[in-house]
Formats: sequence, structure tokens, C-alpha cells
Amino acid sequence: MRGVSTPAPSSPRPLAATAPRGGGGLHRFANPGRFLRLTDRLLPWLWALAVAVTGAGAAWALFFSPPDWQQGETVRIMYVHVPMAWLAMGGYAGLAVASLMSLIWRHPLADVAARELSPVGAMVTALCLATGSLWGRPMWGTWWAWDARMTSVLVLFFLWVGHAALVRAFDEEERGARAGAILALIGAINLPVIKWSVDWFNTLHQSASVTRISAPGMHVDMLYPLLVCALGFTLLFAALVLARVRAAVMEKRLRQMQLAQARRQEGAA
Amino acid sequence: MKLSRKKRRLWIVVLAGLGLGTATALTLTAFQDNLVFFLAPSEIAARNPGPERAFRLGGLVEAGSLVKNTTPDGRPEARFRVTDGPATVPVTYVGVLPDLFREGQGVVTLGKLSPDGEFRASEVLARHDETYMPPEVADALKRTGHWDPKEGAPPPAASWNTMQPAPVRQGS
Repeated sequence: MRGVSTPAPSSPRPLAATAPRGGGGLHRFANPGRFLRLTDRLLPWLWALAVAVTGAGAAWALFFSPPDWQQGETVRIMYVHVPMAWLAMGGYAGLAVASLMSLIWRHPLADVAARELSPVGAMVTALCLATGSLWGRPMWGTWWAWDARMTSVLVLFFLWVGHAALVRAFDEEERGARAGAILALIGAINLPVIKWSVDWFNTLHQSASVTRISAPGMHVDMLYPLLVCALGFTLLFAALVLARVRAAVMEKRLRQMQLAQARRQEGAA
Repeated sequence: MKLSRKKRRLWIVVLAGLGLGTATALTLTAFQDNLVFFLAPSEIAARNPGPERAFRLGGLVEAGSLVKNTTPDGRPEARFRVTDGPATVPVTYVGVLPDLFREGQGVVTLGKLSPDGEFRASEVLARHDETYMPPEVADALKRTGHWDPKEGAPPPAASWNTMQPAPVRQGS
């Protein structure tokens, strides 16, 4: 699953000289070497768990949960659509946190995490929009409406894509990361707008069914498979992002080593 | 006292966030009346869009108001009334209704208000409310008289979301 071979654990070169070593609190995880060692052990288990939970959730949602009394079997789109919507927003909250850490504390891993997060977030948001559209055509009678909920989620999709493009648009990586972090933080204002758009404005989109776990407007026979699917997709999302961050950290180290080697050869010549 | 660079950056971000948040909140509050996807029947009198302007009318399809016909050229025609409680507007629509359309269901229709007070819709969308219910549970609620879907929203979720009636469905 990991694809890239792990470097020797005693790899001598830290990613950035500013990485605090052996510090307490959050800084413990800002060290790329420690991150690689930790995820090397964690990731296989995470992948296995993610595949198992998603598989179980999908089977429950597709074969062992009831149809809806008026939507019929179309209700099963909800088991993908709702987790994707939650992940699109939760993932963006993660991007905002990574951007904060990057801007204020200059964590070396936060930039990498933000950069690797946005393509996955864009994909998840696209899936949310696509599944919603597929559900909307037979149920509402339209693929799309410019109501507050749908428009604000479309803006979220553009923010994800924009962030992914912006951080890659600079020759100097750090400037791209800085610009991306500012964009991500400005865009975070969209999250409460999405969440409450269905309550603040009158929309075609229905309001939330799963608000308080005590009184959801959804029968438990549908709610439980939905929650398992959401957990499974979240684990998949986390595994995918962690694997991408690992690969990016290793790529960076490889480039640094090649650069050092080239310099040594130059010096010897 | 001189702030450390991290502290200063933190303050800049916090202040910028506060400013941006306030600006967004003010903008959204100012636009709240314009950012409407549809007007409810009781808002029409106050807004008075006039006969020339197309707008969306939203509300519940009134129980017992739906009449389906066929136009002379063979297209399906529907007449129904849209209500939000205090006010009701009669609607005519020529075309295919969406799957979820029924009496007691929310709808959003796009069209123009003719001078005789009738709303001529060119598009009808069904709204889905936030309830997700297996057919057995809906049947049980209807059988026991706890809910008539034609009258609108189902009873509070806590009264049915763990209900397990005997299955009436046949086959799979």
C-alpha cells in the first residue's frame, strides 16, 4: 500500500533546520523524522481499518438498510453524499488549522499537509456535488439550483481547487504555501455559511437531519449505516492524506540528498 | 513590552479573522432579504412582484387541491394550491411533475403571477424535508392515525425514529 520504500530510521537530515527537536506539546509532531517513523507503523493499520469499515458500511447501506418511504431506493445515494459533504467541510477545517499553524508557528509539516490535503478535499467536494446532483434530478426534478446551500458548496469546491493550484503556482515553495494559507483562512468564513445556509435562507435543499444524536429526523435503521459509512470514508480520507504527506516528505528528503550529493561531486571535481 | 514574532503573527491573524467575520456577517444580514430562493404565499402581497416578473413561489401543496388533467395537445397538466398557512396561491403547471411531488409536500415553482391571481408555473421542483423513514414505519404511523402525509410534516422524530413495526413488505 505504501508504494515508497522507507528511508533508514536513522536518516541524518531533518527536513528543515527550524524543526524543534524533542520539544513538548504540538511541536512533538512537527518533526518530519518523527512523523515518518510514526506513520510507518500507523498507516498499514489505518488502511486496513478504513477498508474494513467502509466495506462494512457500504454493505449495510446498500443491502441491509430499508428504502425510504417516498424516495425508494434513491435514498442510498445519501450514504455517499452526506459523508462526502461532512468530509468536504471537516477537511477544510483541517486545512484552516494547518494554515494557521503554517502562518503563525511556521510548522514545517503544516505546509506539506495543506498542500497534500487540497487535491483530496477537492475530490471529496466534487463527489458531494455530483452525488447531490444525481439525487436531485429524480427527487427535486432538477440537477442543480442556485440556492444558498448549493452555491456555497460550489464556492467550497472552487476554494479547494484554487488552493491546490495556488500553492503549486510559485517557483519558491514557501511563498506558495504562504499565499495558500491566507486563501485557506479567508475561505474558512464559508464553512459557517454552508452549515447554516439552510436555516438562514430559504433553500431548495432540506435542512440537516442529523443535528443532535438524540433526535435525528432519520430512522435508526438508516442512521446507523450512515454513521458507519461516514466513519469509513473519514478513515479512508485520513489514510489517503497521510500517505500523500509521507510521500511528499520523502520526496523532499530525496531532493535534498540529491542536491547534497551533486554539491559533493562538484567539490571533488 | 515587545511582542514576539509568533505572538504578533497570531494577533494579526486573529484581528484579520474578526474583521472578515464581521464583514461577512454584516453582508449576509444585509442581503438576507435578497438571497431568497423562493417567496412564500404570504410574502407575495408584501413584495408584490407584479404580473411581468418571473419569481419562485414556495410552500406546501395543499391537501385535496391537486387536480391532474391532459391539455388538448396531450400534455399533462396539474392544478394545485400552494400554502404556507396564512395565505394560499392557486398554481397551474403544464409538464411532468417530479417524483416527490404530492399533497402535503413542499414545492418550489418558477413562474409568473397572472392578474387573476393564478400562478402560472413553467417549472415545478419538489422539496424534500429532513425526514428519512422506512416504508413500514410510515405505514404504521398512517395506520394508527398519527400522521397523514397530506397534512404536512410527520410527528416529532423521537416518536418514530426507533420504531420497529412488523414488516408488511413482501419479497426482498
